[in-house]
Amino acid sequence: MAEEVKTPAPPPPPEGEKKPTAEKPPAAASAEPAKPAAPAKPAGPVPVPWTSPLVEKYRSQYGSGLEAQTYLGQNYLTVDRALIPDILRLLRDEEQFDYCVDITAVHYPKREKQFDVVWILYSFPRNERVRVKTQIADGASIPSSVPIWPTANWLEREVYDMFGIMFDGHPDLKRILLPDSWKGHPLRKDYGILQQDKEWVQINLGIESGQ
Amino acid sequence: MSDGTNDASNRGLSSLDRSNLDLETPDKTYLDSNELIINMGPQHPATHGVLRVILKLDGEKVLGTECVIGYLHRGVEKIAENRTYTMFNPYVDRMDYCAAVSNGLGYCEAVEKLMNVEAPPRAKYIRVILTELNRIASHQLWLGTHALDIGAMTPLFYTFRDREEILKIFEKYCGARLTTHAFRIGGCQYETYAGFEKEVKNFLTFFAPKIDEYEALLTTNRIWLERTKNVGVISAADCVALGVTGPVLRASGVQWDLRKAQPYAAYSEFDFEIPIGTNGDTYDRYLVRMEEMRQSMRIIEQAVNRIPEGPIMGKVPKVIKPPVGEIYHSIEAPKGELGYFIVSDGSTQPYRLRVRPPSFVNLQALDIMVRGLLVADVVAVIGTIDIVLGEVDR
Amino acid sequence: MPNFIMSYLGSRVTPGEAGNQFWALMYVLIIFAGVSVAVIAMNWIERKALAHFQVRLGPMRVGPHGLLQPFADALKLMLKEDIIPAEADQFVFWVAPLIGLLTAFTVYTVIPFGPSQAVSDMNIGILFMLGVSSLGVLGIVVAGWASNSHYPLIGALRSSAQMVSYEVAMGLAVVSAILMTSMNEKGTGTLSMIGIVQAQQQQGVWFIFKFFPLGLLAFVIFAIAMIAETNRAPFDLAEAESELTAGYHTEYSGLRWSLFMLAEYAAMIAVSSIAVTLWLGGWMRPFPNLLKAPAWEFIFSLFPGFTFFGLAAIAFLGVARMPAHSFFKIQRIGLAVFAALLGFFALLLLVIAVAGRSADTSLAARFNEGIDYVYWFVLKVAVFMYLFIWYRATWPRYRFDQLMKIGWKVMLPISLGVLMVTAIVGVIVS
Repeated sequence: MAEEVKTPAPPPPPEGEKKPTAEKPPAAASAEPAKPAAPAKPAGPVPVPWTSPLVEKYRSQYGSGLEAQTYLGQNYLTVDRALIPDILRLLRDEEQFDYCVDITAVHYPKREKQFDVVWILYSFPRNERVRVKTQIADGASIPSSVPIWPTANWLEREVYDMFGIMFDGHPDLKRILLPDSWKGHPLRKDYGILQQDKEWVQINLGIESGQ
Repeated sequence: MSDGTNDASNRGLSSLDRSNLDLETPDKTYLDSNELIINMGPQHPATHGVLRVILKLDGEKVLGTECVIGYLHRGVEKIAENRTYTMFNPYVDRMDYCAAVSNGLGYCEAVEKLMNVEAPPRAKYIRVILTELNRIASHQLWLGTHALDIGAMTPLFYTFRDREEILKIFEKYCGARLTTHAFRIGGCQYETYAGFEKEVKNFLTFFAPKIDEYEALLTTNRIWLERTKNVGVISAADCVALGVTGPVLRASGVQWDLRKAQPYAAYSEFDFEIPIGTNGDTYDRYLVRMEEMRQSMRIIEQAVNRIPEGPIMGKVPKVIKPPVGEIYHSIEAPKGELGYFIVSDGSTQPYRLRVRPPSFVNLQALDIMVRGLLVADVVAVIGTIDIVLGEVDR
Repeated sequence: MPNFIMSYLGSRVTPGEAGNQFWALMYVLIIFAGVSVAVIAMNWIERKALAHFQVRLGPMRVGPHGLLQPFADALKLMLKEDIIPAEADQFVFWVAPLIGLLTAFTVYTVIPFGPSQAVSDMNIGILFMLGVSSLGVLGIVVAGWASNSHYPLIGALRSSAQMVSYEVAMGLAVVSAILMTSMNEKGTGTLSMIGIVQAQQQQGVWFIFKFFPLGLLAFVIFAIAMIAETNRAPFDLAEAESELTAGYHTEYSGLRWSLFMLAEYAAMIAVSSIAVTLWLGGWMRPFPNLLKAPAWEFIFSLFPGFTFFGLAAIAFLGVARMPAHSFFKIQRIGLAVFAALLGFFALLLLVIAVAGRSADTSLAARFNEGIDYVYWFVLKVAVFMYLFIWYRATWPRYRFDQLMKIGWKVMLPISLGVLMVTAIVGVIVS
């Protein structure tokens, strides 16, 4: 697959990239000197539906479990958790998204499905990036992408370490950045920034936590 | 290692057979069945920071490695959720502290994209010049330390001495040598100082023979060739599968550079080449980085001759409040693809800021690269991947 | 008694041959003092030369231009706490550096600084040297074993394996030089060190140039092997800091460690002396046959004096270049005194050279001759010392398996080949 990248022809320009000058930032309007009645802010950039052959194909296959949008020129798919390993595998095998750039998560504690797990994928032959998002509940687990992209190994370990999301089928799911016996998952919104695992610090470093 | 199928289980990438490892006391030596577990501890002259590598050896051959990282984890992503976008700008320098300017460029461009503003052309040129100088400085540091690990002591002093000239330019521009905080969201804060162009051009004439000096010491040296050729080979397919980017990927033969594939910050206006290697071994990575230094000089030369006039700061409000949304923006840092994934909830502080560190992902490939090598080569391979622990651990 | 002492002065043989124990002892003491001075000087030169190679200055503060740095280091090491690991074998731990030191210094008894300037001219001189220097390996293994820690043990085994491998190639190169000593009318060679140099004198050619390129090849093999023998760059994997095993002297601190360093430098000087004796004409001055006239003899005998004048001039230049600031007053004075001493010594040498020019048997002439012999020998060895430092500054180090591969698969066959071809050529030519 990588051999195709060596062709001398320049890669196709990124698809769907809109010129940023087309839309003016809405905040500029609010920087103007205060008027008696502040004008309504012009609508800022919003996610617009993303249409492409890829989307058409998957939408016909999976129907409602999949939503495709574009925001600021970046395409992303929001899929149901049930579709996850299949969609990712299809993206790699059929759509040539052979490089998994990143796997990360976002925590929305007020939502019912609290976590957003995000895969950022890139295709060398097509010079395109796509994001795949899914929403899972707290305590739920998600199938690991290690069989699809080996790079997911450490990336998923970090997501587990920081958020506590378990990945089924990961060969070695344990903490990576924090010590093994650390309690808590720091990037969750309910883990305060001034809080730390006092017990671990007491046992291992022998000091009282300064916080 | 690459066998046609893309299934990870065939690549031998499963981690060490943990039943044999007693990682609680890794210094214990198992003398039966010739297998030895050796710990290259967090404090080691050759691990470029606090990196712990546990090696499983058969005699002197490496059977597998396990990296234990996180000694430099400072919770940068958590901090980002509690700082405004402008306040967070200095933090990004501290991640890859050897090449701080690139970190700042990636972050500022990501936030600018999220805000849907663009930096003015003059700011873009200044950014390109400083980023390329920063790339040269980062590669010089890499060369010095890598050669030192392999045993050549002298290039270290030469590269550090020549790096001083770049750091002088940085200091004159923004006041700092290492953690520069050179750019702001929307452009650059500081106008170029009087004599900036002249000094940059002087640096170019000063530095051109220096690269030849480094090459004269190492490139055709028989001992260097024996220590680096066919050491730490990784194929292009493995690189792509493992997400390895930067000079490591290019040395394996994949001609991919974000400056050409998805140009940012005025790179599309310059004429430069992407060096690639053929074997994917340590020697090729060395050649690729040396050539990258030359290409960086080329870019700087083109840029410094035609910096456009104009403002250096775009139209950015005083309080940076991006609209609700997400963005992922990445640049070609000296070490690979450095990406920022920012989720904004409309407030002045990022809701989630994820840094995609190139060194973190590249370090994963260490396991593959050292299988079957001797212990003395592990040090060479760690050096050739060019990791900075500040970026690995954030 | 005084007769015993004075009678030796008239003879032109080594004290060993003359059976004069007093002078043998004197020579031993002089050599011991000389080697100690040489090691101290070598320490300073290594630090300064390495620093200048690396675009920096090296020691500058402890004495003018760091000249007193070796003394400061020695003092520091002597005053350090003597740490012996609790689990180590106490006696063996104590004796290991002594073994290395003993073997390194014992070889100096046969090194010929001149035709009669050696402690003893054994007729198996070169064999003695090779044999005793091989015993140095024992010191290293014992040191690694005594430390009772597996990293020093691995390092010691590696060092010893390396030394043993390169000794084979070394020995074969030496044999081909010995063969060359027998290429005279009588067909008798000699193993005695003084005899080897005299053979070069008689055959009118330094063995490095004999049967070109065979002599050169043998010399090159020996030059490479001697670097590996002494564990110096690029073969210094066993003592490199960035490798996992930190070498056989990890557990040694303070004075014991400095004994190892002393032994290493002494071994370097010893093997360089072998190289100089066997291939570079020992104590002979350059161009002994081409430039034979007495005028040339006189010019070459002025070299020692001029060398020291040059050193004195450099030192005075250093004094002139030092900043004229009160902080540097002591350093300037010190360096000026040192320069003056060097100049005085130079003057002395010149006086001796001039006085010894005319008469052949006067005391001054004999003295002059002796000084010249020693001077040329030491100069050639000094060139080798500088080369050791140069190699260390320039080259990366070899991996251990590559090192062993070179020793067994490259050096050994080439040295065997050189030996055989030398023998064949020697038979054909004679």
